[in-house]
Amino acid sequence: MSKIATRDAYGKALAALALENKNVVAVDADLSGSTKTAELKKVAPERHFNVGIAESNLVGISAGLACNGKIPYCSTFAIFASGRAYDQVRNTVAYGKLNVKICATHAGLTVGEDGATHQALEDIALMRAIPNMTVIQPCDGVETEQCIRAISEYYGPVYVRLGRSAVEVVNTDPDYKFEIGKGIVLHEGDKDVLMIASGMMVQQSLKAIEQLKEKGVNPTLINIHTIKPLDEDLIVKYAKDAKYIVSLEEHNVYGGLGSAVAECLAKHCPRKQIFIGTQDTFGESGKPDLLLEKYGLSADKIVERVLNECK
Amino acid sequence: MEKLKKIANNMRINIVKMVHANKSGHPGGALSCADILTALYFEVMDINKDNLNDKARDKFVLSKGHGSAGIYAVLAEKGFIPYEELPTFRAINSRLQGHPNMLDCPGVDISTGSLGQGLSVGVGMSLSNKLDGNDFRTYVLCGDGEIQEGQIWEAAMSAAHYNLDNLLLIIDYNGLQIDGTNDEVMNVRPLGEKFKAFGWHTISVDGHDIESIIAGCNHAKTIKGKPTVIIAETVKGKGVSYMENKAGWHGKAPSDEELAIALEELGGNN
Repeated sequence: MSKIATRDAYGKALAALALENKNVVAVDADLSGSTKTAELKKVAPERHFNVGIAESNLVGISAGLACNGKIPYCSTFAIFASGRAYDQVRNTVAYGKLNVKICATHAGLTVGEDGATHQALEDIALMRAIPNMTVIQPCDGVETEQCIRAISEYYGPVYVRLGRSAVEVVNTDPDYKFEIGKGIVLHEGDKDVLMIASGMMVQQSLKAIEQLKEKGVNPTLINIHTIKPLDEDLIVKYAKDAKYIVSLEEHNVYGGLGSAVAECLAKHCPRKQIFIGTQDTFGESGKPDLLLEKYGLSADKIVERVLNECK
Repeated sequence: MEKLKKIANNMRINIVKMVHANKSGHPGGALSCADILTALYFEVMDINKDNLNDKARDKFVLSKGHGSAGIYAVLAEKGFIPYEELPTFRAINSRLQGHPNMLDCPGVDISTGSLGQGLSVGVGMSLSNKLDGNDFRTYVLCGDGEIQEGQIWEAAMSAAHYNLDNLLLIIDYNGLQIDGTNDEVMNVRPLGEKFKAFGWHTISVDGHDIESIIAGCNHAKTIKGKPTVIIAETVKGKGVSYMENKAGWHGKAPSDEELAIALEELGGNN
């Protein structure tokens, strides 16, 4: 399987989109080499605005560009987009339902060595709680490329959560089609255990399923790229026949995908749920794979929890 | 000019009535910017019913969103909203929210309320106009206390960096904020020098002399290669004797008796 970081796929998709749509602009805060908006700069330098180390201004300028008809792709690290600029995102962008695409990279533990101050583990919770906001976390390069295009055709604020580390492409179906708000059944296994994952946890889940099958457990896996609005129909359809729900996210178990799934199922068909994610803790420095292991998000740790708790 | 003065006075009458109607609002800062709004909406900006819904045109950002009674008063004078709607200010189900909501109220170019954010929006609008090669201009009104917010200086730096000569910032310099004078709470002086150091052209005007405000705005149009700030010296609560220069009238509604006095002074009893 080929590997590409979702941020790299973002840069590539953004540059291609900019060539087709002259209203597409990029706004960055001194991280264009890391967020990959520099790719747009290569093809349309006059439509790339680097505002320096000023994330509040980054979001405000993006809002102003959107007011006048531009489609700003506003990028910085997830920790700054959702944290430092929260007030600007809430009050200026979302309240006015402005057409700003906040494409935040370096989300989650897999930022790695930069450590806790740079590992956004509550950004989905923050963004999901804001009215008018759509929240998307693509899992691989293919999904990211289509997502970046799809959100340009949707009017309104969007938060896209992207990762730093390279991840395997799992959406290898040539007919793959990204639709905002539509989950994807990636593996049809047995009905008892239903895994619901987002972002890079999709790859970890697929690896875990391979190991679980050897132990006689074959869960079904749904990839939820759009966390808000959540594909409740698909989740309920599969949850109805399941005994256990396992939610998997590279995010605090409070307020993210697991919470969104639990809110949905509490309304429509309550089930026992195993919440895999960081357990209300900050991260730390380290290699991404070692961090996933330590914080219980690796395939091995997923297998352990499924075997221990789904019985 | 007499016509403009009359409009500004009528706005002041409506501002005190609005704040009185539901016993809520910010009269001091709305009254201090009434002449500035009159100059902008009736002389400086090209904004009318025909272009109101255009994505790009001359735009106004009320960065000091608590001056909402002022913007609603001027939108009513322009005929964008009916006078009859003004008494719904801050009441439930009203389009006239406590702080302006662009989705509700026609003529509000951006929702504001959380201070310090409007200048960045103005920078974005101006960048868009530059990109499109049009001549539209963006006008941002900030309070003097508001510039204590750090984001203002991020935006000031970027406006100069991008040579935004199509952006005009007006500071409603009434010297007062909620807890007292700027000088007591957090000194903002020297205002002009600060902006000069950030690469801006600066102009000072009497913020209650409509002719001077218009002249300042027109002069700003001739300044090329850099943004301009007009420091408009104003009086908080201007036009209502007992509100003038009183920080306590930042966010307080007049009683029935106080309203009567205000209307008497403004000639609004008939």
